[in-house]
Amino acid sequence: MDTTHTDMTKANKRKYALEKFSSKLFLVCALLSVFSLVLIVGFVFYKGATPFVSGEYSFINFLFASDWVPSEDKFGIWPMIVASLYATIGALVIGVPVGLFTAIFLAEIAPKSVAKILSPAIQLLAGIPSVLYGVFGLAIIVPFLQNNLGLARGQSLIAVIIVLAIMMLPTIVTVSETAIRAVPKAYREGSLALGASQIGTIFKVIVPAAKSGILAAVVLGLGRAIGETMAVILVAGNALIVPTSLTDSVRPLTTNIALEMGYAAGTHQEMLFATGIVLFSFILILNFVLSKLSKGGQ
Amino acid sequence: MRQAKDAVLRGLLWASALVSIGVLLLIVGFIFYKGIGYISFDFIFGDYSPTGGGGILPMIVTTIYTIIISLVIATPLGILAAVYLQEYAKQGRLVNIIRFATESLTGIPSIIYGLFGAVFFVATLKLGMSILAASLTLTIIVLPVIIRTTEEALKTVPQSYREGSLALGTTKLQTLYKVILPSAMPGILSGIILSIGRIVGESAAIFLTAGTVAAMPDSIFSSARTLTVHSYLVTQESGDIGLAAAVGIVLIVLIFFINMTATFISKKLNKADF
Amino acid sequence: MKVLKKTWLSAAIASSFVLAACSDGQQADQATSGDGETIAISGSTSVGPLAEKLAAKYETDVNVNIEVNQIGSSAGITNAMNGVSDIGMSSRDLKEEEKEAVEEVVIAYDGIVVVTHPSNSVKDVTMEQVKQIFTGEITNWKQLGGDDLEIVVVSREDGSGSRDAFQEIVGYSSGELIRNAIVASGNGNIKTTVATNKHAIGFISFEYIDETIGTLNINGVAPTADNVLNNSYALARPFLFVHQAGLHEAGEQFIDFILSSEGQDIVEEAGAIRLD
Repeated sequence: MDTTHTDMTKANKRKYALEKFSSKLFLVCALLSVFSLVLIVGFVFYKGATPFVSGEYSFINFLFASDWVPSEDKFGIWPMIVASLYATIGALVIGVPVGLFTAIFLAEIAPKSVAKILSPAIQLLAGIPSVLYGVFGLAIIVPFLQNNLGLARGQSLIAVIIVLAIMMLPTIVTVSETAIRAVPKAYREGSLALGASQIGTIFKVIVPAAKSGILAAVVLGLGRAIGETMAVILVAGNALIVPTSLTDSVRPLTTNIALEMGYAAGTHQEMLFATGIVLFSFILILNFVLSKLSKGGQ
Repeated sequence: MRQAKDAVLRGLLWASALVSIGVLLLIVGFIFYKGIGYISFDFIFGDYSPTGGGGILPMIVTTIYTIIISLVIATPLGILAAVYLQEYAKQGRLVNIIRFATESLTGIPSIIYGLFGAVFFVATLKLGMSILAASLTLTIIVLPVIIRTTEEALKTVPQSYREGSLALGTTKLQTLYKVILPSAMPGILSGIILSIGRIVGESAAIFLTAGTVAAMPDSIFSSARTLTVHSYLVTQESGDIGLAAAVGIVLIVLIFFINMTATFISKKLNKADF
Repeated sequence: MKVLKKTWLSAAIASSFVLAACSDGQQADQATSGDGETIAISGSTSVGPLAEKLAAKYETDVNVNIEVNQIGSSAGITNAMNGVSDIGMSSRDLKEEEKEAVEEVVIAYDGIVVVTHPSNSVKDVTMEQVKQIFTGEITNWKQLGGDDLEIVVVSREDGSGSRDAFQEIVGYSSGELIRNAIVASGNGNIKTTVATNKHAIGFISFEYIDETIGTLNINGVAPTADNVLNNSYALARPFLFVHQAGLHEAGEQFIDFILSSEGQDIVEEAGAIRLD
């Protein structure tokens, strides 16, 4: 009797210890993502800030100077900032309306049988490696711009914008379609009952009701556009000028990193990390603005 | 007037749908049209040859290596992290910080992961440009995906399962792996499959961490190139669009099967369970 | 619930497979490092294709494993200096501080050819004109007697050995390069860009010459191996292998193979210029 009692407490103790240990283990696993984030941000910022902290280079100059000649110790990324901004805005201007309208079409207008085939197909396209969009851009869009529109350089800002807009389409369509489908039936029926047309209902009732989901779609698309690298290298031309027209060759921030990281060393490499910091800040600011926007709208 | 406006808007909706579906069809059509001529048994299962011709077996093997290594590390870590967040943690500051970190990791562009991997794993940890360095970088990339989907899956497990199990006198841990995790399995699996898609599609981060060696890797410490990086490099270096498209076909078919499997698994398991 | 148990089981089996695969890989690794050593080579994208061909031939005869990473001359030299690679490939002469840190071996010579779209009627330019084109003083093919087309300059990236060698011989610096030049990150990339754009001008290694692009004579001299050897064609540079003092034996033997007449035959086949 006595022995079984102690056995049981022993077993219970062991169980208890195991429980305690496992909950600690789970916590450690969960903290790993915090650790990774701190490590990544820390590394990128530490590396990128080094040339400026030592006072050898001015961060303001780095941002606003337009000479990038690493072999002559000139590091100015203004052309790339402008290129990234233009490319992202341009892609949004084309990709968002087309994507949103396609989503509305699939959710509200297309016959169910058609939507049932198209929606999963578009979802599948969201998973295609972005490099393939770049290959398409280089093989079809660049020659088209040169041969049919008479551009001297097919590798240009407009080519980047088109490739990015196409690339973000599946994401925007899929996410906004989900948001539109989630709008309660009652909204639709109420509006129609009040005599509004189908189109009127869509634009005055359904789209506003799905607004936060649509904004999420835009944020996702934006993230893909501004962060895209390899597809962009193939069609951007990577020239170091501040673009003044859609037909100029450009070098966005991401391309600058990928193009030169392979052989950069010393200050040059640190400057590429600094380029990474700028890219990082861009994404943080854009996400912040868009989340404010979506909250303000609600 | 209103009718005219409606008609214009309706026209725009149709036009947008036609444009986007048309363009996407064009891309897939283009890749199949350009690449299909290259597809053969030797192309897929043949060794690469630097003198031209040859197959993509080394790239397929490299891709499989990166998938296996990053998932072997990320899956248990991600699942356990999600378990902590959903089942153990008290909602509070710590959980908010962890959630914030996970979300932020999702938003970082892959080129930044590449930068980090190239300096941390490749140089600081002295792994060199290698499959291992790329896989570890990919681990961080897919970790948030697995945490997120597992958390969602855990949320769908009815509270009554937990209560019922605990009422029978099992410990929390037993409940967890005998009741909760099995019911959340479909969701977890589709998260893993999503991660495979992400790994297969990744280029910038792998390019900077695994290097570009076009040869059969003989260990995970070898530098090598994945399918996606290969597709980029043949476009970039030799301008061989047909070859790049052929690799693209392999990638698209792969992604297609990955997605089908995800749908299939989650449907089947859902039916079996509920 | 039964189904779920099965899933768990299969998951367990799958993961044990994975683990088995991993340990297999490690064993295999240890095994190979016993027999054949690995020679890690990195650097110039101009030397790279030649090095790959040499390695492919050498690996069929000798049990070694040669890794060739094409990442640009400067990076290759840096890698050789800090020991990341056994051998660095360079397509430009070494700088003074680099010469102190590594030993160099010339494995071949190569010419740089100025290329245009095959339809371009301009076939002959002077060295001075090349400089004016790349620095933006000449901006239209009309100025060289060609069609009325804007000139689109295509250059390699900063840090490329071909670009360094080209700029040094032609006589302009990176800062002087026309700003809106398209920057392409490899010989192949320049070739395809130029081959598909009738405005374009670029420069590539002799190895990459084929019928998809037009080549320009410089000062009336055609870009051929003979003209490089008799010093009448100025745009030439050595292909270097660089390594730290005390390279392992496998690496030394590979270099000996390249310098042998069998190795030099491969050099010639690849389109580069043999040493002898």
